[in-house]
Amino acid sequence: MPSRTVSHGASGRLRGLFLVMVLVFLEGSVFTVAVASSDQHSPITAHSGSHKATDHGSHNNTGKAFPVLDLNYENVRVPFEISLWVLLASLMKLGFHLVPHLSNIVPESCLLIVVGLLVGGIIRGTGETVPPVLDSKLFFYILLPPIILDAGYFLPIRPFMENLGTILIFAVVGTLWNAFFVGGLLYGVCQIGTESSSILSRIGLLQCLLFGSIISAVDPVAVLAVFEEIHINELLHILVFGESLLNDAVTVVLYHLFEEFSGIGSVTLLKGFLGVISFFVVALGGVLVGVLYGILAAFTSRFTSHTRVIEPLFVFLYSYMAYLSAEIFHLSGIMALIACGAVMRPYVEANISHKSHTTIKYFLKMWSSVSETLIFIFLGVATVAGPHDWNWTFVTVTVILCLVARVIGVVGLTFIINKFRIVKLTTKDQFIIAYGGLRGAIAFSLGFLLNKEHFPEREIFLTAIITVIFFTVFVQGMTIKPLVELLAVKKKQEAKRSINEEIHTQFLDHLLTGIEDICGHYGHHHWKDKLNRFNKKYVKKCLIAGERSKEPQLIAFYHKMEMKQAIQLVESGGGIKMPSAVPSTVSMQNIQPRPSTKPAPERAIPQLSKNKEEEIRKILRTNLQRTRQRLRSYNRHTLVADPYEDGLSDLFLKKQKMFQIEKKLKEMNTYLTVPAPPPDSPTMCRARLASDPQAYSIKPASNKVPMIQVDLASPQSPDSVNLLDEFGQANQQEEEEQGLMMKPPSRPREAKKPSEEDEAKDQQRLMRCLSDPGPSADEDEDGAFLP
Amino acid sequence: MYNYKHYCKNLHKYIHIVDVCFFTVSQEQIKNLYQRFQQLSGNHEKISRDDLERIPALNNNPIRKQIITAFFDKRNQHQNDVGSLDEIGFEQFLMVMSHFRPVNSTATEEEKVTVRKQKLRFLFNMHDTDNDGIITLDEYRTVVEELLSQSGAIETEVARSIADAAMLEVASTNVHSPHSRPRMISMKESHLSILNRFRWINIFSMMSIRFLDMNSATMRCGKLSS
Repeated sequence: MPSRTVSHGASGRLRGLFLVMVLVFLEGSVFTVAVASSDQHSPITAHSGSHKATDHGSHNNTGKAFPVLDLNYENVRVPFEISLWVLLASLMKLGFHLVPHLSNIVPESCLLIVVGLLVGGIIRGTGETVPPVLDSKLFFYILLPPIILDAGYFLPIRPFMENLGTILIFAVVGTLWNAFFVGGLLYGVCQIGTESSSILSRIGLLQCLLFGSIISAVDPVAVLAVFEEIHINELLHILVFGESLLNDAVTVVLYHLFEEFSGIGSVTLLKGFLGVISFFVVALGGVLVGVLYGILAAFTSRFTSHTRVIEPLFVFLYSYMAYLSAEIFHLSGIMALIACGAVMRPYVEANISHKSHTTIKYFLKMWSSVSETLIFIFLGVATVAGPHDWNWTFVTVTVILCLVARVIGVVGLTFIINKFRIVKLTTKDQFIIAYGGLRGAIAFSLGFLLNKEHFPEREIFLTAIITVIFFTVFVQGMTIKPLVELLAVKKKQEAKRSINEEIHTQFLDHLLTGIEDICGHYGHHHWKDKLNRFNKKYVKKCLIAGERSKEPQLIAFYHKMEMKQAIQLVESGGGIKMPSAVPSTVSMQNIQPRPSTKPAPERAIPQLSKNKEEEIRKILRTNLQRTRQRLRSYNRHTLVADPYEDGLSDLFLKKQKMFQIEKKLKEMNTYLTVPAPPPDSPTMCRARLASDPQAYSIKPASNKVPMIQVDLASPQSPDSVNLLDEFGQANQQEEEEQGLMMKPPSRPREAKKPSEEDEAKDQQRLMRCLSDPGPSADEDEDGAFLP
Repeated sequence: MYNYKHYCKNLHKYIHIVDVCFFTVSQEQIKNLYQRFQQLSGNHEKISRDDLERIPALNNNPIRKQIITAFFDKRNQHQNDVGSLDEIGFEQFLMVMSHFRPVNSTATEEEKVTVRKQKLRFLFNMHDTDNDGIITLDEYRTVVEELLSQSGAIETEVARSIADAAMLEVASTNVHSPHSRPRMISMKESHLSILNRFRWINIFSMMSIRFLDMNSATMRCGKLSS
């Protein structure tokens, strides 16, 4: 419904929005009814319960006819409520994007909290007690893991590792500084600033320190939510985000430490020392657990070639188990999850099918998105739920201290860190890092977990935590975008990762390692190189199935790029329109052309006469590879069977075989010396192109059409001069290129080249284009191409 | 352990080389490099290619030949010479190493641009093996083949196609060519266009070595031929 309204313009949008709001309120009311009918604490429960009982009773007593329509809400209550909440969250996400300018000004997280407040308000307004939705168990075991897994699985490893030192210093030292600063000063303020009889003065030092440790941790959920929309450069993003992930270990340790101390009531030096030790245990233990599960997952994925369907399940299960296992031992679950995702990713991706990869990606994105939305809505509801104890002094002092501590911490640490960094952090960077230290739901949940006996001031703490969260998310979240614009902070570059980049990155890596070796200096390039070699030699062999284990990274990357480009090419209209920078999309092995249900006119498939079919077949049979085996069941109107499932490794093997047959085909000169076949009608060209992903139409030489001749594998040619002309033309043309076309050999070229070379080149070019399973010598497959 | 007298005599010269290019490295590190140089050369005045090739750690490096050649390349000595030397002294060694210095954060924008150009020029020289100021497709192919040379049986076709794809990409995105005849820019990259191409490389972070960490403790003394 919303999708249709969008196209109708502003009024449509308003209508959509109205509908969404109506739905919200509907749900709110339904939910209250649900709450009403089931809430144990509400007095109405008794009524409805008895009402139901009497209903049933009356049914039994009067021996009525079989109840055609019956109401039994109890059975489905819990799943129903959960689904309602999730539905509400998703509709909210939809709704925000319908309102034209709202999402630019206000970050989504703020809006979601407001919605949560509204819903909470509605529930309270109807006289019910608001359910404690942000239950810590629910939060830590259900809502948080998908977000962290999404972050960990897609963590950009290279920038993370390059900045690991900086991130660790911010995470560990920064959080410690924040915790002690806020806690200590707060205690001081409580003791000194207020009268001795006030409630504040009863807050002990340990309680303050515990509060400080809860409030000082930067929250990954909030950071993700806000930073996602501002698109700052990769360095800053990874610094703040990495810090928010890694400070979990510190938070866990401090929390348990202070909680235990508060319970016991005394601190000894030994306990303090044990605390430090436990930090290392928690952090490293978490990482170890994660790595273990990651390796297990990678190993399992090696054997899944026959049951592709459950591959994503393994990824999710192993990761979740890593998280839970770490939580058993009070280790850092977040670090376990990150380590698991990051470790298993390269190996799992080499093993699983393309579809599983897409599934994993989209499931993770979906779950993390829903989780995030729910978390913010629940924050709003929990705010309304209370219980609150507002204390002006405490709250304002907390907010101010948090800000001050963050700024001082970042500035001080950057000063030290810059001595060791090659690319220094500028003042602008420091400001963004300090400003981006958002607090979120983790702090609230931790506060919620506090034991009431040890912490009689729990409500004050909770109120203060919520205020800080609101302040950071609303004020800082809303203003960070205009500030980023104002300060002209470098934004994320949209350039896609290209093959050039990969080549040069690898080249530079090796260069620097070599220079370090010449200097005799064991720098971090040296160790990185050692790790890579170890990985290649031993680990990959164990964890990656089949041939892929030996594939060097550059080649793997190249193939991945090829696939992507090829799929893009096909999806954008069967090769008629080409994306702007297309290097080598010519080895399109496994493309699944879009079903021809798309009504685009260029894909109209005409009826071919028998003669023309024969012609086409003859040409293609001799010039092209024997790849038609794969298309045996081809029908113009249906999908090509997805060869992905057969395993990419086979493809690469076959590619190798292909080149052995090169020589054989060289003998088949007959067709190559024949001048171009009579120019086919454009529809036929397109038909061929549209129907066979690997066909390249032999387009009639026409000067108006800019052509890009792709000469990608010319083992004989000393120089690819051919490309020059075409590129020259292509560069001069302002219009879009018309797709990859193979020119018939007889087309006059500006470069002077011996004709045999041309032929050989063409033939290899054709072969290269249609690279795939080795052509067999026999030419029997007649009917393979067109039905 | 090293020729202290000789070193002190020429120290001012070394510092001059170093200062010329906004070096952020101290005298201590020059001393360390000198120590290493003496090690490599067996206490002689100059080192030859064989000395460098004897370093065992370099064996695993797929581009070791290019690296060693770069040291002996006259173009990296900031003079307008072309060709290669047979032996180099410490000054030339230092000159080549200076390409990898981290840039001073107090440097001005122009200085940064100069340093960046120098680093890129070094990279360019490494690719351009025939000293003609132009990188051709073949030279690029050699690069890719070298990179893949460590991984067992290279499929030469794949290596070539990777190089071709990369060149295509460059050519297709290099729209503002100063040359009049567009055909010249595509496969042969001149120095100017390569600067454009490589703007995505954060050259400062990628091509810098932290000399700060270098001291005699981290240097492997005496393990040259192990």
